[in-house]
Amino acid sequence: MAEHATAYDSKIEGNVIFTRLDAAFNWVRKNSLWPMPMGLACCAIELMATAASRFDIARFGAEVMRFSPRQCDVMIVAGTVTYKMALAVKRIYEQMPEPKYVIAMGACASTGGMYRSYAVLQGIDQLIPVDVYISGCPPRPEALLAGLMKLQEKISGEKSFAAQNPKLTKKLVEVIA
Amino acid sequence: MTGQELFDSLGKLFGQKLQDKTEFRGETTYTILPSDLREVAKFCRHDLSFDYLIDITSIDNFDEDPRFEIVYELYSMTLAVHLRLKLKISEDEQVDTISDIWPTANWHEREIYDMMGIKFKGHPDLRRILMWDGYPFFPLRKEFPLEGLPSEMPDVAFTKAASLEGGPFVTKPSTATTKDREPRARPPDL
Repeated sequence: MAEHATAYDSKIEGNVIFTRLDAAFNWVRKNSLWPMPMGLACCAIELMATAASRFDIARFGAEVMRFSPRQCDVMIVAGTVTYKMALAVKRIYEQMPEPKYVIAMGACASTGGMYRSYAVLQGIDQLIPVDVYISGCPPRPEALLAGLMKLQEKISGEKSFAAQNPKLTKKLVEVIA
Repeated sequence: MTGQELFDSLGKLFGQKLQDKTEFRGETTYTILPSDLREVAKFCRHDLSFDYLIDITSIDNFDEDPRFEIVYELYSMTLAVHLRLKLKISEDEQVDTISDIWPTANWHEREIYDMMGIKFKGHPDLRRILMWDGYPFFPLRKEFPLEGLPSEMPDVAFTKAASLEGGPFVTKPSTATTKDREPRARPPDL
């Protein structure tokens, strides 16, 4: 919009940035991914270690772990999902507000892992959509952080606002033009 | 009373009823008839000071009659003595509960019912304990396949057969390195 005159005030110089709405939304979303800790087995121990001071998941804005799905953005499925637990996991996922993401942490959550058995769901992706799979049994905290960063990368490329609000986007474009 | 005297008194009282006695590396195992279980259990608990029921397990001897075997592991806290009781029952028989003699037997018997489908007569609350109510199979029976069977209970739980992808994934007994022993897909030799 360089050809259009824009109001300029030297007092607020440095406090105003121009950007795309998508970029702003994505920047906000990816830097405050509040996790839903779905700790089901030993991966949960590594999840706790990731949250603690040595690895400090707060560096990525993902330290707000509350055991309520209503304020969560990303569900970290950490551990073996048994069939007895499977529908409960799905139910909690359904209670999370959009936009929502899922990280399948470790071999069990990704594929059932070593539990080829009557009691274990062979991967949480059979029930809910998964964004990032993390290998390992259990994965080290660094691997979980790498997975979180992968998810941040994914979010930063999303056309979330334009795709979700086509009418409003069109109107905004018209107003600016 | 020493451990030996303990076993002797058991033998004296139930001489006819004890079908078999095995001693192996200091472990004493008696085989009894299912009908004598409660009488023997009560005597062990109240007169022989076996105050701790460590575990109850069950064995499926598929293709044999009687099919199932139940093993009771008893321990005396006062004398530090172990005693193992075994009994055999066929598929359509029920075993007497001992959950009123050792309360801990309550959950052990529920687990055996859940996994093997053996019913316990007189049990106060014989429900499944690990799988959900309404699950149609008994997973630790020999005829139950390793990969599981599909089942469906709407809004409660479902199961699917797990893909074995060339499995079963089993260890190889040997003294070789971990790489040789570790569980991996070992398709039957062609």
